[in-house]
Amino acid sequence: MHAVEKILAKAAGKEKVVTGEIINCQVDLAEVNDIYLQTIRSFYEMGGKRVHEPKKITFILDHYAPASTIQQAENQKRMREFCREQGIELLFDVDQGVCHQVMVDHGLVYPGMVLVATDSHTTIHGAFGAFGTGVGATDLATIMITGKLWFRVPEIIRIQLVGKLPQGVFAKDVILKVIGDLKADYAVYKAVEFSGPLLKTLGIAERMTLCNMTTEMGAKTSYIQPDEITREFLQQKAKHKYEIFFSDASYPYAVEHSYNVSNLQPQLAAPHSVDNVHPLENYIGKPMDQAFLGSCTGGRVEDLAIAARILKGRKVHLGTRFIVVPASQGVLLEAMAKGYMQTLVEAGATFVTPGCAACLGTHQGILAAGETCISAASRNFPGRMGHPKAEIYVGSPAAVAAAAVEGRIADPAKYLD
Amino acid sequence: MEKVIRGKAFIFGKNIDTDQIYPGRYLELTDPQEVGQHVMEGADPGFAKEFRPGDIIVASTNFGCGSSREHAAVALKAVGIGAILADSFGRIFYRNAINLGIPLLVCSHIRDRAKKGDMLKVDLTTGLVTNETTGATAQAQPLSDYVMMILESGGIKPLIRKQYGQRG
Repeated sequence: MHAVEKILAKAAGKEKVVTGEIINCQVDLAEVNDIYLQTIRSFYEMGGKRVHEPKKITFILDHYAPASTIQQAENQKRMREFCREQGIELLFDVDQGVCHQVMVDHGLVYPGMVLVATDSHTTIHGAFGAFGTGVGATDLATIMITGKLWFRVPEIIRIQLVGKLPQGVFAKDVILKVIGDLKADYAVYKAVEFSGPLLKTLGIAERMTLCNMTTEMGAKTSYIQPDEITREFLQQKAKHKYEIFFSDASYPYAVEHSYNVSNLQPQLAAPHSVDNVHPLENYIGKPMDQAFLGSCTGGRVEDLAIAARILKGRKVHLGTRFIVVPASQGVLLEAMAKGYMQTLVEAGATFVTPGCAACLGTHQGILAAGETCISAASRNFPGRMGHPKAEIYVGSPAAVAAAAVEGRIADPAKYLD
Repeated sequence: MEKVIRGKAFIFGKNIDTDQIYPGRYLELTDPQEVGQHVMEGADPGFAKEFRPGDIIVASTNFGCGSSREHAAVALKAVGIGAILADSFGRIFYRNAINLGIPLLVCSHIRDRAKKGDMLKVDLTTGLVTNETTGATAQAQPLSDYVMMILESGGIKPLIRKQYGQRG
């Protein structure tokens, strides 16, 4: 069996599972965010009275943090009340940030767990060897009532990463290249595992970016085998004892791909699909009205660090808005302590408090018709960040920072010598 | 649940994400009828006006990809979608729609066999799709027993209510 199958088998109380089997799994942690009042509605519509295990449920108010309209405020208020009524202590309010980063910061994510959230980017937790998957409101409400959810055991695709990343090229460019090659529906219903020697050179933040964006190829979950880097990261953080599962050498992958990244160039996903990926150099000089640095994909300390390095002693280009959103309070505190926030704000960045912000087009950096934006987030669907006629280019945090300096798409490598 | 569905076809392309089915700026809405007013607005702003209950969406690959927002399925349910036929579906959308009792059928190249406004007949038991306007037919993958059970129960909510609703 694969490690992912071993995780699922344990959660289902079975010795063995096979690809395609439908199993009912215990869920170790289920997360609800603040666009999902429907979760509470579905809970009551299904006859729910008390949450099955309040310790295994967390509410994180991130998509509307803090509320911009009365309706958003009402929804958040109802969620706080629900947590109080149900004895749910893991309520992270609007000061905390994007759910995935918040769960990691607070040590709630660990290898071998089953983590289900009302957010498609839950695949991110494969970076820790967890089974993370996104669902909708009614599935999450089912977990609140029963503690369990059904899954189909997925086929698993292996993507081997070898070589050394050139200057100015990052994990974000790698995953964009993969999605561009394999396309947006390549991994639907399947799991994606990353392996290979490149991973030894990638920290947790970059691994999270890889796993995060497997969602954009349709993946149900993703996986990176936990190693010393994972253990060291979790040593200070993890609040649970954990078990690391290993795949059997004989496990038959559905497909295997290999990427040598040594000659990879910076990549961009051009409008209006995340698999519309081309070398960044094809777009050099294209004017950008906005540069967006943030989200569960591109708002970590490492992302702010690279941006600060590029902006240090420079100014944001006149006429371009540079929106910076630390992914979490933890990220913000560290970025302040290290001086990154100071550098970015002095350079002319617009600071937004931790949360999802403009990534999903709800508030804090919405685009007008005809505007262009380069984004370190994950999506460039029509209308994703505002008007459907706005154009979004998805790239690495370094590419976003370079565009903020020049007011147009630029190669970040020249700022990193 | 009706096992045979008849409705007019609305045609969409590939990778219709849930942002297009239900744009992010309306995510704060919670009343299904209000949610339904914005159905498919990001892909076709005129859709809600033209759509009649029972009508059928026909799409290419990866319909419902992207964000997990259940609003997408709630909106389609609220306006009375008859069925959705596509080459493939985004997985979270698939679960959300089936949970709400919306019939989703995987039907290869269906988009080549229907034009906007054609009258389609879908037999959920056999998976046979008939274009009554042109006479063309297509065979969808039959629904699994598990999915059929959920649909026949009117979605997952009545099922869970029956199994667990008395607890606590």
